[in-house]
Amino acid sequence: MPILTWPVSEESALVHEQFDDIGQQREAAKLGMWIFLATEVLFFGGLFLSYTVYRFAYGHVFVEASRKLDVVIGGANTAVLLISSLLMAFAVRASKLDQRRMLTGLLLGTALLGCVFMSLKGVEYHKDYVDHLVPRMGFKWEGADPGSAELFYWIYFAMTGLHAIHVTVGIGILLVLALLAWRKTFSNGNHNTVEIAGLYWHFVDIVWCFLFPLLYLVGHR
Amino acid sequence: MEKVVDPKIYFRTAIVLLVLLAATWMIAYIDLGPFNLIAALAIAITKAIVIALFFMHIQGSSRLLHLAAVAGVMWLLILISLTLSDYFTRSWVQ
Repeated sequence: MPILTWPVSEESALVHEQFDDIGQQREAAKLGMWIFLATEVLFFGGLFLSYTVYRFAYGHVFVEASRKLDVVIGGANTAVLLISSLLMAFAVRASKLDQRRMLTGLLLGTALLGCVFMSLKGVEYHKDYVDHLVPRMGFKWEGADPGSAELFYWIYFAMTGLHAIHVTVGIGILLVLALLAWRKTFSNGNHNTVEIAGLYWHFVDIVWCFLFPLLYLVGHR
Repeated sequence: MEKVVDPKIYFRTAIVLLVLLAATWMIAYIDLGPFNLIAALAIAITKAIVIALFFMHIQGSSRLLHLAAVAGVMWLLILISLTLSDYFTRSWVQ
């Protein structure tokens, strides 16, 4: 008597028991990530709100204070993050096509650009410190209304700092994923994790797309 | 294997984003009065939509994901509009 075996495809082996099929599982993972990103929008939203309120209250001082920030570093960092997003999009593509070497390389490349971003940010923070722009740490303001100017830099450091924490977490995730990708964890259709991490990385990029004009390009320079 | 997007779309998306970055940077050096802020925000929102549509694959995904993506923005708009309606209508308090 022949032994009855269940026809197991590679994909159905990936499906956890609470899901009907692989499509539903992928959709659920993406939905969960988008809901997490909605909470992130509101997390940053509180800071964007305080920025908005104080910008309307002390607009002229904010324009003056914004001009002291280094727009070249800020702009270069925007380009770095945009290109890292491009690499991430290709990484997700490579994971779907089951191209292991390509995926590992692209994840490492994305993480490297994240490190470039953080390095430039570090140089910029040091420059801000030397220029006496860090609140409570030797802050000096020649113009009118130093209190409001200091407030602008509080908001600047809070927003870019929170964003930098997100980039750091993202770099950590990318490095772990690169290691896992090299060990063939994401082979044979198991690419959900890479896609979810990609959504996170693109979100961090979107936040910077708002931070750059709002902090560095207030009014005209 | 899942369907994937043509690489050209990613390259075009990146080029559009870099052009928008250059645009927002250049506009900052022209004095447009209050329109500096409006232009900067319009470009930032456009960039966010382009990233969400093509890098985050909102284009081609299900209605449920569209709803989840829009929900976060809706709550942010509620947060900002209700707070500002308070700040902008209490000038007599000072």
